[in-house]
Amino acid sequence: MSASVKELEEEVPSVKKLINDPANVLADSLVGVAAAHPELRVDHTNRIIYRGEPTKAGKVAVISGGGSGHEPLHGGFVGLGMLDAAISGEVFTSPTPDQVQEATKVADGGAGVLHIVKNYTGDVMNFEMAAELADAEAGVKVETVVTNDDVAVEDSTWTAGRRGVGITVLLEKIAGAAAEEGRDLASVADLARRVNASGRSMGMALTSCTVPAAGKPTFDLPDDMMEMGVGIHGEPGRHRVPLAQASDIAQQLVEPILQDFDFTGAPAIVMLNGMGGSPLIELYLMYGEVAKILEKSGITIARNLVGNYITSLDMAGCSVTVLKADDEFLKLWDAPVNTAGLRWGV
Amino acid sequence: MAGGTVSLPQLVDWLSRFSGLVTENRTYLTELDSAIGDADHGANMARGMTAVMEKIGATPVAAVDELFKSVGMTLVTSVGGASGPLYGTFFLRFGTTAGAVTELDGAALGAALRAGLDGVVARGKAEVGDKTMLDAMAPALDAFDAEVASGADATAASSAASSAAAMGRDATEPLVARKGRASYLGERSAGHLDPGAASTAYLFEALSEALA
Repeated sequence: MSASVKELEEEVPSVKKLINDPANVLADSLVGVAAAHPELRVDHTNRIIYRGEPTKAGKVAVISGGGSGHEPLHGGFVGLGMLDAAISGEVFTSPTPDQVQEATKVADGGAGVLHIVKNYTGDVMNFEMAAELADAEAGVKVETVVTNDDVAVEDSTWTAGRRGVGITVLLEKIAGAAAEEGRDLASVADLARRVNASGRSMGMALTSCTVPAAGKPTFDLPDDMMEMGVGIHGEPGRHRVPLAQASDIAQQLVEPILQDFDFTGAPAIVMLNGMGGSPLIELYLMYGEVAKILEKSGITIARNLVGNYITSLDMAGCSVTVLKADDEFLKLWDAPVNTAGLRWGV
Repeated sequence: MAGGTVSLPQLVDWLSRFSGLVTENRTYLTELDSAIGDADHGANMARGMTAVMEKIGATPVAAVDELFKSVGMTLVTSVGGASGPLYGTFFLRFGTTAGAVTELDGAALGAALRAGLDGVVARGKAEVGDKTMLDAMAPALDAFDAEVASGADATAASSAASSAAAMGRDATEPLVARKGRASYLGERSAGHLDPGAASTAYLFEALSEALA
């Protein structure tokens, strides 16, 4: 008996997650993506998700990528009207330049490639090297837009700058629609930069998150506290404060956004995003609170998105993203999209 | 060291010693990184340099530029994060500047190292004092150049560079990080050595040992 118990003990995973080997989480998950989405093409070697059909000749390719653990971002946004390819790094680790270069070469339809990069030091450097390599070796024209919408980073002069978070989702939708219309690379890149400049986000965590390979929570957060201004990798936020009611949390999220940018006088696209560990009933409740505050502040919500779109593994919590829109943004937002993570108009 | 020059096998020995140092000290580097970063610097550098040594062992090269192009690309493709592009760029620029030669004199070695440093600056956009690997690398290169200018050979220059890199590493402790993930900690990043500066100190320690 003792031998079999010992064997059993060795089989028991060290971390309570739906995984096999912690080292193979990304590879195993991509197998599932391929099984669930025959309309996509998965390059398991380079960990790239492509649309099933090659990029149409003359269409700008829009690609993005980053560390895993933020699903559905980015792979869940590959498809008609959004991304042409998404590159996955290990959990919370940037993909390497050779992976990004491969996606850039394959996705290029001759009209150039837009890289959408969240402002994290590793992501920025790896995409930058990939763009240099793609240009030097294959002559592919690359434009890069770096998102940096996180108002939680106050001292952006003396840090690596504001982090790229929720606006990345809205930007991938809007830039993807513009590319689908047949706009050229410079025009899609310019539009993408305008979206980034007009959006702001703020997030909060009720719990930490557990990276499978680490096997324990990234940070300790007592039951009666919450972390305001958290990033999407469990990095610390602005303040650790006592747990509060949803109405109060909404206030703490929306206030810094409105203080940072004037959203009045234009329609807004608002995303209430779950961090991965909070149920939809809470996310809708939070959206109701956020909408109330925004309307009281004279902001008209023209479109909204409620759900888990840019997550932080199993972290409980949410983020708010507000984009000051115009007719062009709204038209592109409403354009057909057919991806695993977003689908309408098709 | 025949004729005051550094040979290809000595450069390979440099890489081998660097690989040994980051592998031996992987836990230490990761501990430094867990205080102010994301707790993977030791594991990443050990994995990257192990891949480099396997690559070099499998495909011997005939010239310095070829060797370091292979080293740089291997690091870039196997390390990830910020360290991969930074160390990768360092070695790629080192190789390009050294050129298709089989040995380097002190001045040529200094020029190649300086080109590597310039690559790190261009890639990371950090300045000295930002609490990064540059805080070890910049003083190391200044010391190296000063020795060469005063007529010393590559061995003496590398020894001076190693000491300067270690001092630069130690001087990162009180600094507040202004680049990389540690920068989001603000004042809380002070009181810890920078893990990138620590691995860069190993890079120059390895060079000094290889040329001794």
